[in-house]
Amino acid sequence: MLYREAGQFKSSYAADQQIFPLRQDRIGMALLLVLAFVVVPLVGDQYWLSAILTPFLVFSLAALGLNILTGYAGQLSLGTAAFMAVGAFMAYNAELRIPYMPSLGSFVIGGLCAAAVGIVFGLPSLRIKGLYLAVATLAAQFFVLWAINRIGWFSNYSSSGVITAQRVELLGYDVVTPAGKYVLTLAIVSLMALAAKNLMRSETGRAFMAIRDMDVAASVIGIPMMKTKLLAFAISSFYCGVAGALYAYCYLGTVEPEAFTLELSFRILFMIIIGGVGSILGSFLGAAFITLFPIFLNLASKALEDALGMEMSHAVVSNTEVVIFGGLIIFFLIVEPNGLARLWQIAKEKLRLWPFPH
Amino acid sequence: MKVVLSVEGVSLAFGGVKALQDVSFDVAEHEIRAIIGPNGAGKSSMLNVLNGVYHPQKGTIRFRERVFQDMSPRRAAELGIARTFQNIALFKGMTVLDNIMAGRNLKMRCNFLQQALWLGAAKREELEHRRAVEEIIDFLEIQHVRRTPVGRLPYGLQKRVELGRALAAEPTLLLLDEPMAGMNVEEKQDMCRFILDVNDHYGTTIVLIEHDMGVVMDISSRVVVLDYGRKIADGSPDEVRSDPKVIDAYLGVAHA
Amino acid sequence: MSDLSFFLEVLAGGLLAGVMYALVALGFVLIYKASGVFNFAQGSMVFFAALTLVSLLERDWNFWLALAVTLVVMVVLGMLIERLVLRPLVNQPQITLLMATIGLTFVLEGLSQLAWGSQPHGLELGIPDVPIEWLSMRWNINISQFDLFAAAVAGVLVAVLALLFQKTRIGRALRAVADDHQAALAVGIPLQHIWALVWAVAGFVALVAGVMWGVRNGVQYALTFTALKALPVLILGGFESILGAIVGGLIIGASEKLAEVYLGPYVGGGIESWFAYVVALLFLLVRPEGLFGEKHIDRV
Repeated sequence: MLYREAGQFKSSYAADQQIFPLRQDRIGMALLLVLAFVVVPLVGDQYWLSAILTPFLVFSLAALGLNILTGYAGQLSLGTAAFMAVGAFMAYNAELRIPYMPSLGSFVIGGLCAAAVGIVFGLPSLRIKGLYLAVATLAAQFFVLWAINRIGWFSNYSSSGVITAQRVELLGYDVVTPAGKYVLTLAIVSLMALAAKNLMRSETGRAFMAIRDMDVAASVIGIPMMKTKLLAFAISSFYCGVAGALYAYCYLGTVEPEAFTLELSFRILFMIIIGGVGSILGSFLGAAFITLFPIFLNLASKALEDALGMEMSHAVVSNTEVVIFGGLIIFFLIVEPNGLARLWQIAKEKLRLWPFPH
Repeated sequence: MKVVLSVEGVSLAFGGVKALQDVSFDVAEHEIRAIIGPNGAGKSSMLNVLNGVYHPQKGTIRFRERVFQDMSPRRAAELGIARTFQNIALFKGMTVLDNIMAGRNLKMRCNFLQQALWLGAAKREELEHRRAVEEIIDFLEIQHVRRTPVGRLPYGLQKRVELGRALAAEPTLLLLDEPMAGMNVEEKQDMCRFILDVNDHYGTTIVLIEHDMGVVMDISSRVVVLDYGRKIADGSPDEVRSDPKVIDAYLGVAHA
Repeated sequence: MSDLSFFLEVLAGGLLAGVMYALVALGFVLIYKASGVFNFAQGSMVFFAALTLVSLLERDWNFWLALAVTLVVMVVLGMLIERLVLRPLVNQPQITLLMATIGLTFVLEGLSQLAWGSQPHGLELGIPDVPIEWLSMRWNINISQFDLFAAAVAGVLVAVLALLFQKTRIGRALRAVADDHQAALAVGIPLQHIWALVWAVAGFVALVAGVMWGVRNGVQYALTFTALKALPVLILGGFESILGAIVGGLIIGASEKLAEVYLGPYVGGGIESWFAYVVALLFLLVRPEGLFGEKHIDRV
């Protein structure tokens, strides 16, 4: 009843091309943005802001980056964490070594360096695909981590390899409170998500999807293979690099190379599988799921402990979490390979008919 | 009769298999040229050579006065050669609209930064090309499925979408590989109509491979007949139909 | 100790480590050969097998009984995986199946540790891990008895599997299934039984690998990711070749160790973490189908 298209005719291509063609969607999005930008920072408590919402946003951005490469362009990557690491460490070095470098500038430099590394490790994609390409990205993952660990320059020759992110400042103001960091992260992530959406519904996005679906046909219609694949790696790695920088500056504070292991790469891959490959919304849904689920599980296990009067070791809980994640991956792949994003779409379609069944 | 494409002495072999042997023929501007022959005669291979997917060991291809030794699919697209495939080569994960828009890629000038920011230039370009693509969608009568993912469409409609994608590039030479395969009578009539309209309206030169002799006789101006990789006949549909070599190899004789 | 004998020792150590990799790679090859699925979870199957065996042994079970029970468990596990995970996904693209096996990896890891706990365990087989005396006495080369035993076991396993695939009726059926499912069905080969069989055999191979690795390195969680090293092995040897798994394993094992020892000091060490992958990457650029694999031709 509420969610109807009736009466909303599009009389121009411009109107048809909008990101949110339905008025109800536009209103919903506007409300969400107001909630996120204004209500949450005023009302939210420190723990939620700094330990849940900010990392959720950071991981959404990384998932977005991976989705661009794997979901849209079809190039499987297991090296996401390595690109994040490059972003974090290069942002640190940019801020450290370039005088008068503003924080946003060092984030961008972190992203650009990650993009460069992405291009280098994406070069094999010109000759190999699928699983073989995944191995190339594994090489990136292990090599980059080793390089950051061994080459002292990256961590400013600290003996432990740990770096402490400098203060973030924006137009002269120091961003130190959890609310401040949250809003900054939210702003950056929103803008980059918008840019990604624009990109994916333009020619670039079509070129990526063409390469994913049938690359021979893509080159027959004139799409340049090399340029397109490398662009996918570059843009994806840029997003992961900025996510890495945000990870260091707005969430963790102190960063060591061990924060960017293969397990993190897998985690982000899970986010896009569960959330939906080839979907911007899916990146957010998947990140939300994987960030919130352990918390939910903790609460559930505590409730169970209380109810049954026994204690469950931390190992049991974390192993259960791992089993459930793996199981969910398999479940989604069997039942709904397009993930939560598709389930959301189906829900909306049902809502359009509500209260009628069909 | 101005020759727009000429094939001279082309030979193509895969290991020991000789797909094409010393084939020569030409295609005049604005004509519809059919290539026919039994299965395995090398028809698809010929088309693949024309658009750079295969490289012949011998022979040359002359397109608009320029000689090409090594064509690549991308080069062919840039020169204005578009094609469809026997086993549909559409992008199954994209909608009909996106597939046809993808065919416009060589005409798009904006770089990715402009697209990401959706600035004036990028927006204008996207809408301008959308307009052009919608004309093709109207022409091919597929408006009702424009937002359907191509993988979900029936075979006949997929073939139409593939034609649309080829047309989106505004080609001067259109290569069609069995565009009617697997269609029923109605669909074939529609497809014939579309092909004739394209030739008529846009002046596109068309080379098509086809098994349905009725279609070939009706719409083509000249016919090339291949058998075991060699050309065995070349001429108007009537000439070819009554050529004894062609009857032996392919057409057969109607029994009384 | 002379340079040559040092070199030989490092080389031998590398080759024998390579045998270990090959054992894990064998499991991958089996499943890929028969079903076209790359079973990312092979490593966690190895871990699961080893952990089950070790835990039974620590509860003072008789060795042979424990081994037999673990074998049954692995075979059943293999068949369950085929039934619950792979069969529902039978027509999906390769990348989907790959991601499903990644999910499976995590399920198995978590289950193993839920069932048996997460502390590392040692495993003893009664063959001491000491240098072979006459080698170390005469030529000053230290090669562990156990490593040689593992190599012998691997050799026997490879020979048996190769014979199975090439000479028996079942082997022929397996190869037919790998080539073309539809055609195999058309000639009456029972697809489901074949796949169940293949996964069962893969489970068995995982057990052997698990036991060998367990003795060498102890049974611990890290085992799952060490299995990732099997990927470069497969790239070198070809995904479908049993012989390739051995040859690839030997090459990767040897080159990794040699690089670490001879190149490592110049760049601060730790090369082993990425060297194998970079070698695989370079190999991919030159010969993507591996030393023994078959070329893939994309038809339009």
